[in-house]
Amino acid sequence: MPEDWPLPSIPTDFALPLLCILPFLASVFVLAAPGKKYRGAVWSTAIVSAVLSVLSLALFPAVADGGVIISRIEWIPQLGLNLTLRMDGLAWLFAVLITCIGFLVVLYARYYMSPKDPIARFYALLLAFMVAMLGLVLSGNIIQLAIFWELTSLVSFLLIGYWYHRGDARDGARMALIVTGMGGLALFVSMMVIGHIVGSYELNDVLASGSKIVESPLYPVALILLLLGAFTKSAQFPFQFWLPNAMTAPTPVSAYLHSATMVKAGVFVLTRFWPVMHDSQLWFWIVTYTGLATLIFGAYTALFQRDLKGLLAYSTISHLGLITTLLGMSTPLAAVAAIFHIANHATFKASLFMAVGIIDHEAGTRDVRKLSGLRKFMPFTATLAIIASAAMAGVPLLNGFLSKEMFFTETAEFDPNIFVNLSLPIGATLAGMLSVAYSIKFVHGVFFGPPPTELEKVPHEPPALMRRPIEILVLICLAVGIIPGITIAPYLAAAVPSVLGAATPYYSLSVWHGFNLPLIMSIIALVGGAVIYVPYYRRLRDVDGVPLTHGLVGQRLFERLLVTATNRWARHLVAAFGTQRLQPQIFTVIFLALAAGIGAGWSRIGNLPLPSNFDPVLGLVWVLGGVCAVAAAQQAKFHRLASMILMGGAGLATCLTFAWFSAPDLALTQLLAEIATTVLILLGLRWLPKRSPVPESTPWAARFRRYRDFGLAALVGLGTAIASYAVMTRAAPDGISDFFLANAYTQGGGTNVVNVMLVDFRGFDTMGEITVLGVVALTVFGLLRRFRPGSDSADRPEQQRMLDDYAPGASENVADDFLRIPALFMNWMFPIVIVVAVYMFLRGHDLPGGGFIAGIIMSLAFILQYMAGGTRWVEERLRILPVLWIGWGLLLALLTGLGAMVLGAPFLTSAFAYAELPLIGKVPMATALMFDLGVFALVVGATVLMLIALAHQSIRRPKAAGSNKPKQRAGLDKWN
Amino acid sequence: MELTLAIAIGILSASGVYLLLRPRTFQVIIGLSLVSYAVNLFILSMGRLRMDAAPVLSGANANIADYADPVPQALVLTAIVIGFAMTALFLVVMLAARGLSGSDHVDGKGD
Repeated sequence: MPEDWPLPSIPTDFALPLLCILPFLASVFVLAAPGKKYRGAVWSTAIVSAVLSVLSLALFPAVADGGVIISRIEWIPQLGLNLTLRMDGLAWLFAVLITCIGFLVVLYARYYMSPKDPIARFYALLLAFMVAMLGLVLSGNIIQLAIFWELTSLVSFLLIGYWYHRGDARDGARMALIVTGMGGLALFVSMMVIGHIVGSYELNDVLASGSKIVESPLYPVALILLLLGAFTKSAQFPFQFWLPNAMTAPTPVSAYLHSATMVKAGVFVLTRFWPVMHDSQLWFWIVTYTGLATLIFGAYTALFQRDLKGLLAYSTISHLGLITTLLGMSTPLAAVAAIFHIANHATFKASLFMAVGIIDHEAGTRDVRKLSGLRKFMPFTATLAIIASAAMAGVPLLNGFLSKEMFFTETAEFDPNIFVNLSLPIGATLAGMLSVAYSIKFVHGVFFGPPPTELEKVPHEPPALMRRPIEILVLICLAVGIIPGITIAPYLAAAVPSVLGAATPYYSLSVWHGFNLPLIMSIIALVGGAVIYVPYYRRLRDVDGVPLTHGLVGQRLFERLLVTATNRWARHLVAAFGTQRLQPQIFTVIFLALAAGIGAGWSRIGNLPLPSNFDPVLGLVWVLGGVCAVAAAQQAKFHRLASMILMGGAGLATCLTFAWFSAPDLALTQLLAEIATTVLILLGLRWLPKRSPVPESTPWAARFRRYRDFGLAALVGLGTAIASYAVMTRAAPDGISDFFLANAYTQGGGTNVVNVMLVDFRGFDTMGEITVLGVVALTVFGLLRRFRPGSDSADRPEQQRMLDDYAPGASENVADDFLRIPALFMNWMFPIVIVVAVYMFLRGHDLPGGGFIAGIIMSLAFILQYMAGGTRWVEERLRILPVLWIGWGLLLALLTGLGAMVLGAPFLTSAFAYAELPLIGKVPMATALMFDLGVFALVVGATVLMLIALAHQSIRRPKAAGSNKPKQRAGLDKWN
Repeated sequence: MELTLAIAIGILSASGVYLLLRPRTFQVIIGLSLVSYAVNLFILSMGRLRMDAAPVLSGANANIADYADPVPQALVLTAIVIGFAMTALFLVVMLAARGLSGSDHVDGKGD
C-alpha cells in the first residue's frame, strides 16, 4: 500500500450517502433548471462527476487493507429493510470505474452531442444512471441491490431510447428493458430466497454465511434465478441479443453503459455472491459453459459485423463471456483474473467506443465497407484506436494481455474430467484467435488501405478535447500493461480479498512469466487470428450476415414470443372471457362477490338470536327509508327528479340512524354531503336526454335480464342483512378502539374522539383523502372545460324558452321575479352561514364539527347565493378562486405535517394547548387545528369549484358535440 | 333494533345493486348512492349499536366503556366525503360521455 497517499482522508460516514445523493440531486437540478442551457447542463454534470470521482478515489485508504465502510439508515428494521451502503475493495473498484469513466464520458459527450439535442435530459439521465449504478455496487442490503438493479435497467431504457423519434431506438430500448427487466425480477426473487436461507438481507450477513446457501435445498432455485438476472444483464448467451440492438443509443451512452458499467452489473453480482455460491457442480457447469459459449459466439459474430458499434457490441459480449467463464471455474486465481479483466475491459472498450463515435462524427458513417485509410486523415485518433484494439486483442505490453494470460493459465489447468480438460483451453484459444481477427478487421478495415471513396464529407481530426478522454484511457491501458506492479496492483490487492477473503491466492502481475503453455496459447491466438483474417479480409469486409449461425437469432425468437404472449394470447383471452359491455362485467363482479361471501360466511353464521328489542320510531323511520329506496330504484329510469328526491329520503333515514346510534359527526357530515350531492345532480339533470315511458311491450330478453338482476339484488340484500345482523348480535371483540378513547384527550388534546382520530391519529389517511378530493375537483373542472352536451340538450331548456316567449329576457331574472323575498333572505343568510361554519370548525376538536363539516357548510353558503342570484350574478361578484383554496389547503396540511418532522417527531405528529380568545373563550389550539384548517380550505375549494364548473355550463352556450361551429366565447369564461 | 337496521341495510343494498345493473347512467349514479348508504351503515354497525354514547369525552377522567366505538365512525366519515367526491366525478363523466356518445347508456351506445 502506498504510504504517502496524496488525497486527504474524509469523514467516511458521509461519503457513501453523498456518493448516491449528490448525483441524484444534480440529476433533478439539471432536468429542472430553467432554460435547459447547453453549457449549464454540461458543466454542472461535469463538475458533479469530477467531485464524485475524487470522492471515490479518496476513499481508497479506508478499504485498502480489507476495510469495509458501512452507513446505515434504518427504514423497517423489523423486516430487515434498511438503506445500507457498504463499500469494500470490490465495490470501491466499481465505484471508481463508474465515476471516473462517467466523468470522461461527460467530457466526451460535450463534443459528441449536438446542441440541437435535448441536452438537459441527456445529462440528467446520465447522472441518474450514475446514482443507480453506484447504489447497486454500494448496496449493503440485497433487496436494495435488486431495486437499484432495476433502476439501472430503467435508466438504460431511457438512454437507449434517447432519440425516441427513431423507431430503431424505441425498439432497442424496449427490448433491453424487457430482457434485463425480466432478469431483474428473477434476481429480486433470488435475493429474497437467499435472504430467506440466510435469515438476513444484510450483505454482511450473507457474505458471512459460509456454506449455508450452497447446502440449502433452495440453493438451485436461488442460483438459477440469480444467474437469470446476471446473464440477461451481462448479455450472456442466449440473452445476448439485446446488447447489439441497444447500440441505437448515443455513442457516449454505449461507451458508458454498454461497455464499461451497466453490462458489468451482471458479472459484478456473480463476483459479489461468488464466495457463498460458487462451491457446487451446478455453478461450475452452468456458469463456465454459458460463459464459454458466449465468449466464442460473441467473438465469432463480431467478425462478421459491418457496423463498427455492432462489432464492438459483440466483442463486449465475448469479453463478458470470458469474465463469466473465469467466475464459473471456481478457482481463486480465476476469480482474481475475472476482477482484473473487468477493470481492463472497461478501459479499453470505453476508449474504443469513443473512437468509433469520433469516426462516426467526423466521417459520417460507421459502416466498415465505406471506411478505409482513415489513418491519413486522423492520425492521432488512429493511433489511439489501434493501441486500444491491441489491448482488446491481447497484445503484450497492454493491459488486455495480462488478464488474458491469466485466463489462458486457468483454462490450461489440469482437470480430471477429460471434457473440461480439453474444451476449456481449446475454446479459449479459439476465442482468442477470433478476437484477434476482429480486432485486425477493425484496425485494418478502418485505418489502413486506400483513402475512402464513398464518404459524404472529408474526414478530419476531432477537436483536441474530444480526444482527451480516449488519451487518458489509452494511457491507462499502456501503464497497466507495462508496469502493472505500480499502477494496478495496490487496487487489485484491495479488491481481491474482499471477494476471496482468506482464500486469496498468490498471484503475479508481471508481464513475463517465462515460456509456458499460456504464452504458447497467446502466440497461437495472435498468429491464428492473422491467419484467419489475411486471406479473407475482402470477403469479411463485404460480408452480409453471419454464416452458420444466422438462423440462431435470439432476437427473432424474442420478438415472436413477445407478439404471441402480448398480442395473440391476449386477444384469445379477451375473445374467450372479455366483453366490452359494462353490465355483464358488473354482474360478474357482484355475482362472484356474493358467491365468495356465501362461501366464506355460510358456516360461520351460526344460530342467529331472535331480536331482543324493537324501537317503533326507528322502525317507522326505516319503513319510510326502505320505501324511498325501493321507489328510487323503480323511478330512476323515467322520473329522474322523483328518483333523486326519493334517494334523498333514504339518505335522510341513514342520517337519522347515524344520530340515533351515537354518531353525531356522521349525521352532520351525511346531511351536508347529501345537500351538496343533490345540488350537483340537479345541476347535471339538465344535460341528460329526455326519456318518456314507451307503451310498447318490453322484449323478452330485457324482461329476463331484469328478473335475473332483481334476483341477484335480492340475494345480495338478504346476504348483507344476515351478515350485519349476525355481527351486530355478537359481543364486540377487543379492538384498537379503546386506545383511541383512552388517548384522544391526553395525547390528542381533544374530546371529540372521531375528529382527533381524523386530524391526529389517522392524519395521514385524511391527508390522502383530501388529496383525492382535490384531484377529483380538478378533474371535474378539467372535464367540464371542454364539455360538449348532447345535441338535443344543447339548446336552452324548454321552460326558459317558454318564459322568454312570454316576456323577452325573463329567463335571465327568474330569481328577481319569482323568488324576490326568498332571495333576499338567502342573501342575508350568507354571513350567518359563514359564522356557523367558523363555529363548527373551531369546536370540531371537542364537539361534533371539524374541517370537513365546516368546509361543506361554507360551500353551502355559496350554493345559496347561486339559488338566490343566479349563476351570472354570483360569478360577477365571486372574489375567491377555488383552485387557490385547494392548493393552499393541501399545502397547509402538508406543512403542518412537515413541521412535526422539522422538530424531530414523525410526520403529522401534533402538539396542543388551549388558548383564551376574546369573546369566544377557551379554544383548543392543537397543531391539528392547522391541519384541520387545511382540510377546511380544501373542502371549500373543491366543493365550490365543482359547483361553479357545473353551474357555469348553463350560461356558457356550449356547442353540441359533433358540430363544427367555432366556439362562441361567453363573457364570463373565467370558469372555462 | 339490530334487526331493523339489518333489514334497512338489506333493502338499501338490494335497491342499489339492482340499479347498478341497469343500463342508464343515471340509474347507476342513484344505485351507487344507495349502495354507499348501505355500506356506511354496515361499517357503523361493525362497532355495535350504542345509543346516547357519542364518542365525545367528558374530560380527562372519562370512563372509556361509556362511549361508542369511534373507529368505524372515523372510517365512515372518510367514506362519506370520498363518496361525495365519487358521485361528483361520476356525474361529470356521465355528462361528458353523454355529450360525446349521444347516448346515456353505460356502454355509450345501444338503446
